[in-house]
Amino acid sequence: MELPRFHRLRRAYYRLEGTACRACGAIAFPPRPACAACRSADISPHLLSGRGRLYSFTRVAQPPRGFASMAPYAVGMVRLEEGPLVTAQLADSEGEDLAIGMPMEMVTRKIRDACENGLIVYGYKFRPVIRPDGSPSGALDPRPDTRVSDTRPGTSAPGTEP
Amino acid sequence: MKTTLPVGIIGYGACVPRPRVRTAAIAAAWGRTGAARPPVAEKSVPWLDEDTATMSIEAARNALARAARAVDPPKAATLVEDLRAVWVGTESKPYAVKPTSTIVAEAIGAVPWVSAADFEFACKAGSEAMQAACAYVGSGMAPLAMAIGVDAAQGKPGDHLEMTAAAGGAAFLFGAAGEAIAVVEASFSHVGDTPDFFRRQHLHYPEHGHRFTGEPSYFTHSLAASRRLLESLGRSAADYAYAVFHQPNPRFPRKVAKELGFGDRQVAPASVVDRIGNTYSGSSLLGLAAVLDVARPGDRIFFCSYGSGAGSDAMSLVATPRLPRARDAAPSVADYIARRLPIDDYGQYLRLADGVRRL
Amino acid sequence: MRKVDVIGIGQTDVREHWARSLRDLAVEAVEAARRDAGVERVDAIFIGNMAASSLCGQANLASLVADACGLLPVEAVTVEAACASGGAAVRAAYLAVAGGAADRALAVGVEKMTDLLTDGVTSALATAADADYEAAHGASFVALNALLMRRYMHEHHVRREDFAPLAVLSHQNALDNPRALYRQPMTADDYARSPLVADPIGVLDSAGIADGAAAVVLSATAPERRSKRPPVRISGSASATDTLALADRRDPLHWTAVGHAAGAACRMAGLRPKDLDLFELHDAFTIVTALTLEACGFADRGTALKLAAEGRLARDGDLPICTLGGLKGRGHPVGASGVYQVVEVVQQLRREAGKAQVKDARVGLAQSVGGSGSVAVAHVLQI
Repeated sequence: MELPRFHRLRRAYYRLEGTACRACGAIAFPPRPACAACRSADISPHLLSGRGRLYSFTRVAQPPRGFASMAPYAVGMVRLEEGPLVTAQLADSEGEDLAIGMPMEMVTRKIRDACENGLIVYGYKFRPVIRPDGSPSGALDPRPDTRVSDTRPGTSAPGTEP
Repeated sequence: MKTTLPVGIIGYGACVPRPRVRTAAIAAAWGRTGAARPPVAEKSVPWLDEDTATMSIEAARNALARAARAVDPPKAATLVEDLRAVWVGTESKPYAVKPTSTIVAEAIGAVPWVSAADFEFACKAGSEAMQAACAYVGSGMAPLAMAIGVDAAQGKPGDHLEMTAAAGGAAFLFGAAGEAIAVVEASFSHVGDTPDFFRRQHLHYPEHGHRFTGEPSYFTHSLAASRRLLESLGRSAADYAYAVFHQPNPRFPRKVAKELGFGDRQVAPASVVDRIGNTYSGSSLLGLAAVLDVARPGDRIFFCSYGSGAGSDAMSLVATPRLPRARDAAPSVADYIARRLPIDDYGQYLRLADGVRRL
Repeated sequence: MRKVDVIGIGQTDVREHWARSLRDLAVEAVEAARRDAGVERVDAIFIGNMAASSLCGQANLASLVADACGLLPVEAVTVEAACASGGAAVRAAYLAVAGGAADRALAVGVEKMTDLLTDGVTSALATAADADYEAAHGASFVALNALLMRRYMHEHHVRREDFAPLAVLSHQNALDNPRALYRQPMTADDYARSPLVADPIGVLDSAGIADGAAAVVLSATAPERRSKRPPVRISGSASATDTLALADRRDPLHWTAVGHAAGAACRMAGLRPKDLDLFELHDAFTIVTALTLEACGFADRGTALKLAAEGRLARDGDLPICTLGGLKGRGHPVGASGVYQVVEVVQQLRREAGKAQVKDARVGLAQSVGGSGSVAVAHVLQI
């Protein structure tokens, strides 16, 4: 498996590190050697926040080679809050209603089957945010037998344009 | 044991995966429906794309998010630059040879000026890392050091530990006590070579000594370490608002707590096992995180882990006024526990369990 | 630049040709084109092929085709532009003749897709996408188009069923093409019930995997030459690119490369879009048809599906598309499709399309698209 290739990609893959143009301020992901907006080569690494909104999604039933272990999985495009659009698998979406416009956050997960030699490839995925309203944390329910409500299908986030 | 420079927890973060396997489905698969009720109703397992590395990364990011609120504003921007160690304690390393810690360090941007290694001491690998992180900071070697305890535990199919072996854990960022959300007062480790639970590298599932894992193992070490710490501080259980113990099942931590004089009110807030099972190296650390989610400034917190092999790390902490403002920067343990994907089918559980083992 | 004519065409059936190799298919198409043109030798061969390296373990098709067709030591080269490789090969042949480097050039598109299992084919096709930022994340080609289709449905308030007329049309037209892969009719009901591959894309939204080869012989215009068939003029030829990754587009639903290529080819031919009598477009997925029609200015954003619903895209409509089945009906051996499109326009202009004939066809547009709209090659042909 391509050890050098994935090693080169690690900062973009693990942390969503893109580039920022010092000349015009445009932020890019994936990282680019020159600015797409103004063509300047005066660029620096820029860590994107990982927050964004779901632009589109699909569930892949017939995976390409190397993804059988994950199937079926969801793929989507997310409009990051800094502007760029990014294509990625959608994590934690089993049993979830996905909706265009829902707020998403970046997580680092295994993105494919392990390679023949065992190499694990980690990379960015996006999932519906855990606490979209930033509500305060709570205590654990002290009564162990108490059921909490399931995160079942039927609840979808309000759709707003990403 | 006390550090030269006062040390504390600057940030903490948890991670528990969404899938929850109903233990009734496991019991039914093995024809045990007539038997006693399972010790826990459900247990957390990682989804196909999760493992110890991914859960450690999420816990570490949550810890950094809280740390950024805890410290004085100028420091928030340079947290990662001041981090000199990232240590992951686990018994479910994705690679037998290759550190999980470097994956985490890379993912949080802590490379390259950082120590990184994986710790193993069964369920107390995470608290070992905590001890080491205290020492790194307390000796003046490092401004910040991170200790993580996470597991994606595997139970042998058909064995009763299959009913409790779970996934999850927490990360703790240690730094100067002056900026901490909880100060570390002292700690002790108590260890002896005890074969209560172990796994050879070439075998997939651990072996355990059934009743031998109780009194001569868990209780011997937990009690010894806890008593020594209390004596050295001249304290009793009554001096503490909370007590956190290793939680292989709901009974053991309550029993050891009772023997030391702690009541249910002190222990219950830490009880994650009841809800998600035994997260091994994550267990006592998740319990501590759950306590930090609710503790008030000034609350004393007693902590004693246990790891088979065997030993315990006991630690005494005090929550500070910085805790409330840092707390809401990341999801709580309760938030993680509340978001569930119920798995009622043993076959699907096997697919997920196989995924951790083989992928 | 000299004027260039198509003086010969050839094509194989589009099938799962279990018994025939890449070589066999290429030779059959080339031989048919040479017979049709009445010529033995050419000055250059341009092979359109996307993925023989992965699908057949064979690169260096330049030598393979020249050798197998008995044309050594002719100049030859493979042209690759993902699924537009065939169109790109035609353009390369056009440029060679127009520029005077060759008096006669052969463009042959060939693809052998059925030697690998499906997951291997999907992986090979995924190399048309961005390797590091699409394919590596399991965003298969179908998945990328599914993302577009869902977004289109969201932005323009259409339902999956509204795409059915496009799929039905392709299959309807293929019934009259003896070369076509699919020769059974398909109803809107079949479409609605078809299994989903990557929702909302179903099996019947997408072109199938098959083998085939098609070839054209191009010649510098020579009015004094005797030929069996009337020459068809290439009056416009253009190509354009867009970002490789879909997420890097300013607006993923606006396929500018497709618009630029078609527009430039039409301008070169001195035509407006409404002058066209037919449009062999790249209907790899029904969403691609919709986006192509809008990008080329045949419909306003979000309204392309109405053209289908109103019957305007049928052979007797005002803009016939996919007249012999298109990629969906005739089939899509990826590197060959672009040449099949040109062959089909020529058939129409020569009045050789049989039951599939578009009445009074005098000028047609063929457009081949690679990746998810990342490269487009367009040719205008007229008689």
